[in-house]
Amino acid sequence: MIATTKKTTKLFLGPQHPGITGNMMVELDVQGDTVVRARTHVGYLHRGFEKLMEERLWIQCFPIVCRICVPEPDPNEENFARGVEEIAGIEIPERAKWIRTLVLELSRLQAYLLWMGGQAGSIGLYTMPQWTVGDRDYILDLFEELTGGRVYHMYIWPGGVRRDLPKGFRDRVLKVMDYLESRLPEYDRLLFENALFIKRASGVGVIDPSRAMEWGVVGPPLRAAGFRHDTRIDDPYEAYSEVEFVVPTRTESDVYARAMIRRFEFEQSISIVRQVLDNMPEGPVYTGIPNPFQWRVPPGDAYVRTESARGEFAYYVVSDGSTKPRRVHARGPAYVHGVTLLEHLLEGANIADVSMIMNSLGTCPPEIER
Amino acid sequence: MAPNIKNVLQPFSALKHLGQKPHTVRYPDESKPTAPRYRGFHYNDLEKCVGCGNCAAICQNAAIDMVRVEGVEPAVGDSGLRPRIDYGRCCWCGLCVDVCPTGSLALTTEYTYVSDDPGSFLLVPGLEHPEFGEKLSFTSEEGYNLLDFHRVPMRELDPKERVKSFAEVVLGYVEEEARKEASRCAGCGICVSACPDHMHIPEYIRAIAEADDLQSLKVIYDNNPLGEMCGKVCTRRCEGVCVLTHRGEPVAIRWLKRFATERFDDFSKVLNPEIRPKNGLKIGIIGAGPAGLTAGYYLVLRGYDVDIFEALPKAGGMTMAGIPKYRFPEDSLDKQIRYMEQVGVRIHTNTRVGKDVAFEDLLEKYDAVFMGVGFHKPYMLRIKGEELPGSIQAVTFLREVNFGKKVDVGKRVVVIGGGDVAIDAARVSLRLGAQATILYRRRMQDMPADPEEIEGALAEGVDIKTQGIPLEILPGPDGRVAAIKYGMAEMVPDPKGGRPRPKLIEGDEHLLEVDTVIAAIGQEADYSFIPQEYLDKLKIERGRIVVDEWQATSIPGLFAGGDTTNRRADAISAIADGYRAAEGIDRYLRERRASAA
Repeated sequence: MIATTKKTTKLFLGPQHPGITGNMMVELDVQGDTVVRARTHVGYLHRGFEKLMEERLWIQCFPIVCRICVPEPDPNEENFARGVEEIAGIEIPERAKWIRTLVLELSRLQAYLLWMGGQAGSIGLYTMPQWTVGDRDYILDLFEELTGGRVYHMYIWPGGVRRDLPKGFRDRVLKVMDYLESRLPEYDRLLFENALFIKRASGVGVIDPSRAMEWGVVGPPLRAAGFRHDTRIDDPYEAYSEVEFVVPTRTESDVYARAMIRRFEFEQSISIVRQVLDNMPEGPVYTGIPNPFQWRVPPGDAYVRTESARGEFAYYVVSDGSTKPRRVHARGPAYVHGVTLLEHLLEGANIADVSMIMNSLGTCPPEIER
Repeated sequence: MAPNIKNVLQPFSALKHLGQKPHTVRYPDESKPTAPRYRGFHYNDLEKCVGCGNCAAICQNAAIDMVRVEGVEPAVGDSGLRPRIDYGRCCWCGLCVDVCPTGSLALTTEYTYVSDDPGSFLLVPGLEHPEFGEKLSFTSEEGYNLLDFHRVPMRELDPKERVKSFAEVVLGYVEEEARKEASRCAGCGICVSACPDHMHIPEYIRAIAEADDLQSLKVIYDNNPLGEMCGKVCTRRCEGVCVLTHRGEPVAIRWLKRFATERFDDFSKVLNPEIRPKNGLKIGIIGAGPAGLTAGYYLVLRGYDVDIFEALPKAGGMTMAGIPKYRFPEDSLDKQIRYMEQVGVRIHTNTRVGKDVAFEDLLEKYDAVFMGVGFHKPYMLRIKGEELPGSIQAVTFLREVNFGKKVDVGKRVVVIGGGDVAIDAARVSLRLGAQATILYRRRMQDMPADPEEIEGALAEGVDIKTQGIPLEILPGPDGRVAAIKYGMAEMVPDPKGGRPRPKLIEGDEHLLEVDTVIAAIGQEADYSFIPQEYLDKLKIERGRIVVDEWQATSIPGLFAGGDTTNRRADAISAIADGYRAAEGIDRYLRERRASAA
C-alpha cells in the first residue's frame, strides 16, 4: 500500500533481537512503510574492555580481547597477540603462524554460517538458521578439540598458540570441510538462489561506491561495491602470503551482492583451510614469553590489521614500558557499518528490510561498544 | 539479478531432509562426548599444590582466593593455602593452569553443575569433587608454561685457575644477567617463610628486575645488615623451596642479593637510614659475629649506644674467621662492617670478655647485654694419635689462614668430616699447595655440605672418600703425623627412622699416608667466660642457651642469639636472631622504663 499520509511515526527496533547478534536499538521515523530517518542507539553492551586492559598485566588481557566480538572472537586474539609481539620484537615459530591462519579461516567459516542464518532469518527464511547453526557446531567441535573452548577459544596468545594440534586433527578438519562443501549447493538452493531472497535483496541497501571509502566501509560490503580490498592480500600476515586465493568483487553494492561475496569467500576459505593443512610445517608452536608477572613490554606502539569475516579488524596497542598496556584500541568494522553507515542506508528503506540491511553490513553491537 | 521459476521451486528441495537424523544429541539418553582438551571445572592435586597463589595472582577476573583448607597444614615451602574458585567469575581461560609451577592445577571435562545455593559455586578444587581428578583435560604441559624454569648460569673461575690463589671463585652476574634472572621471579613469596630472617625476597628481586638497585639494597637492609655476605655464602633455604624447583631451577636469590649489594661501593653514601635520637641507654654485645653485628646495627638505628666486644683482631665472627676468602673476600666484609661503624656501632676488637673485660661488669654497666659468641670449640675425633703434631682442627686452621698466618700443611692433607667446614678446609689446603682428601663416614648424598660446594671441591681435585671411618692417626719417625688408618663402613638403617647409619666393616681397614689431619666434625660453644654464678642461673639445654621468642635468656637483661641458641647454625639464622634480639631488647627496656615511671 502506498503511503498517502505524511504523518511520521516513531518505531523502535530493538534493543532485543533487532535482527543481529547482540543488543542495540534503531530509532526509526517512518511514514507508512518507509523509513525517513534512522538513529542508532547503542550502550547496552559496553563492558569497557579497552579500559579494563589498562589495569591488567599483558597476559591477562589475552582472555579479554576475544570477548569484544562474540560471533567472531579469533581476529581479536590474533590482533592482540600480533600487536604485542610486534612491540616486544617476538618472533613466533613458523608452525604457529600456520595454525593461526587455520584458526582464522575456521573462524571465518563459522562466522559466515552464523551470518547466513541471520541473513536468512531476517527475511523470514527460518530453515536456513536451523541448518547453518547446526553446521556451525561441527566447526565449534573442532575448536573445542583444538582449544578447549567452543566459542571463546583463548588460544592465540603472544608467543604463538597455546597448544599444538591434537593427534588426527587434520583428518577431522578435512572431514568437516568436505561436509561443508557438500552443503553449499543446498545453501544455494535455499538462500542464495532462492527467488525470495534475490527479489528482497537486490537493489536494497545500496552503498554508493563513490562514497564507500569516505564512509570507511571495509570487508564484503566494500568488495561488493567494486573495491578489490582484502587485508590478507594487501598486508599479508601470519601464513597468508603462502596460500592462494583471489579477492572477489561485485559492482551492485546491494544486500544481494554482499551476500554473494560472502558465499564465494566461504567456498574459498574451505580451500585455504585445505592448503594450510597440506603445507603446515612441523615444529614448535609457542616461543616462551617473559615471566607474565614481570613482563614489561618495551615502550612503543603497533597498529595491526586482520581481515575478519566482517572486514578489516585492527588493533592499536601502545606500551609505555610497564607491566600493563597503556592503551589497547580495537578498530572493528561494526562501528562504521553499524552506526553511521547504517543510519544513512536506512533512509528510504522499507521497514521490513531494516533487519536485513543491518545484517548484510555485519553489524555487531558487542564489537561497536566493546 | 532477476529470479526465474527454478529459483522459486528449488527451495522446496529442503523438504527431503524431513525425517533425517538431527544434528543434536538426545540428552540425557545420549551425551555429547567432550573434547580431551576441554576447559571445564578445575581440579587441584592438594598434595602437589604448595599454595603459592600464582593462580590467584594471574586470574584476571579475581575469581581465585587462597583459603585455608582442613587437612592441609602450612609448612616450609607450603603456605597451607589452597585455591578456591568462584565460578561466578571464572572465564575458563586456564591461565591459572599455565602459571602453576607444580602442575597441580588442571581443568577437567566436567562442566555442568546445578544448584540453587549461590554459595556452592565457590569450590575448592581437589577438596570438593575429588572425582574430577579422573577427568583431567587442560593440564599444565611442559613447554607451554608461562614461567621460566631455567636459571641464568653463574660464571665461575676455571677450577685449574682458582686453586692457585684465594681469588673469589664466583664471578657474579653482570647487569644483563641479573635483570634476566630477577625477572624469572613470580613473586609468590613462598621463599620468605623458609628464610630464617624472613627477608623481603620478592620485593628486592622485583626491584632488581626493575633496574632499581638502590631500592633493592634498601629492602635488603630492612632486616639484614649483612646482605652482601649473604649474597655470597648464604645457605639459601629460600632457594630450596622456590616454586620453580618443582619443575626446574630456583631463582638465584643468593646471587641476586649479591648483585644488588655489590652495585654500591659505599653504603653510607646511599642508604641514609633513619636513626632515632639517642635515648641514653647502652647495650653491650659479646661477639662481633653476624648475630651481634645485626643486633648492634638495628639497636643503633633505634637510638641505643652500642658497644660490641670481639676477642679476635677483626669483626665478623665465623664469617671472618671461618669462611675462606675465595668464598667471602675480606674487602667485602670490611665494606659492610665499615658501614655499620659509620652508622654508629662501636666495635672493640681484641677484647675478650672474661679476660679483658669481666662478664659481670658488662651486665652491670649496660642496660642490656646481647651474647652472640658462636661455636668455636671443635669436637674432638677421640681416636688415638689425635694429639700428634700435624693433627689439627679445621676451625683453628681456617682461622689462622684467614688471619694471614702461614700454615704449613705439607703435601698431603686428609680432612675428616662432611660438612661445609670440611669442604672449606680441603679447598683451602689445595690453595696452600697440598693434595686434599676428605674422609667421610657416610655416603656422598648424606653429606650436610652444600652440594654446590661439594661440586666445586670435586672440580678442583679434592678426593672424597666416603663410608670411611678414621680409626687411628699414626706418627712417623719424626713424631709427626705420617698416616691415618681408616675402616670402611656399610650403611645400616636407623632404627629410629633417621638417615642410615654407618657401621664399621670388621677387617676392611686402609692406610692413607698424609702430612696433616684436619678434623672437621663439628663445634660447640665455649661458655668458660661466664662466671659460675651466672652459668647456674642460665638455662642451657644440650649445649644451647634457651631463649624466648625475643631471644631473652633466663637472666633478665641478657639476650642471646646465633649458633649458641639455634640449631640451624648458619649466618642467616644468626642474623635473624640478632634482628629479633634488637626488637626484644627494645621492648624489654621500654617495658622496664614504663614500669619504673
